[in-house]
Amino acid sequence: MASRPLSPHLSIWKWRVHAITSITHRITGNGLAFAGLSAFAWWLAAAATSREAYETFQAFAGSIFGWILWVGLSWAFFQHLLSGIRHLLMDTGWGYDLGVAKASATWTWVGSVLLTAAFWGVILFGKGVF
Amino acid sequence: MAGKFQSASGLKQVRGLGSAKSGVHHWWLQRVTAVGTFALALWFVASLILLPNLDHSSVVAWVGQPLVAVPLLLLTLSVFWHARLGVQVLIEDYVHGEGLKLLAVVALNFFILGVGAIAFFSIARIAFGA
Repeated sequence: MASRPLSPHLSIWKWRVHAITSITHRITGNGLAFAGLSAFAWWLAAAATSREAYETFQAFAGSIFGWILWVGLSWAFFQHLLSGIRHLLMDTGWGYDLGVAKASATWTWVGSVLLTAAFWGVILFGKGVF
Repeated sequence: MAGKFQSASGLKQVRGLGSAKSGVHHWWLQRVTAVGTFALALWFVASLILLPNLDHSSVVAWVGQPLVAVPLLLLTLSVFWHARLGVQVLIEDYVHGEGLKLLAVVALNFFILGVGAIAFFSIARIAFGA
C-alpha cells in the first residue's frame, strides 16, 4: 500500500442515505455495464441473426429470470440516471451542505422507484408489450 | 476557502497532474459520455415504451430506419465508452497489486470492445438490410 494518507477505512463510516446512494451509484453502474450491456448486445445480435435466434432471446426475456433481470436493470438504470444527475450538479459545486446532500440523495431513491413503477405501468397496463 | 475545495498540492497545480499521472482526461470523458448517454438512453427507453410491440419484425423494421440506426449506434458508442471508464475506476479502487490490476483493465477493454462490436455490427447489419 502507498505510504501517502488514504481514505478512512470502510468500517469508520456511519451509513447514511448519502453514503448508501454513493455506493449504490457504483453498484448500479457496474451492474448495468455487465448485465445491461450484455443483454443489450444479445438483443441486437439476435434481431440481426434470425427470427429463430430472436425467439431464443424472447424465451429468456419472458422467463422468471428474465423478468427479474428487466425489473432490476430498469430500476438500476433510473437510480444511476438520477444519482448521475446529482453527481453532475455536485461537479458544479452545488449541494455540499449536509441538508441538501441528504435531501438530494433521498430524492434519487424516491425518483428511481417512481420512474421504475411508471415505466412498467405504461408497458404492462398501457401496451401489453409482452 | 468558503465553499471551495483546495485539495491540490503545489506541485500538482504546477504540473496539472494528479495521482492518476494523466490529469483530468479520464474524469472529463466520464462526464461527456454521461451526458451523451443520458440523452440517447432516454430516447431509447422512450422508444421501447412507444413501440407497439417488441417481436422480431417490429424490432428489425424499427432499427432499420436511418434516424433510429444512427442514434442507436451513437448510444452504443457512448454507453460502452462510459461503462469502460466507470468499471476501470472500480478496478483501480478495489484491485490491489499492479499485475492483477493491469490484467483486469485489459480484460475489461476486451469485454467492452468485444460486446460493443457485436452490438455495433448488429445494428449496422439490420440497417443495411440483411
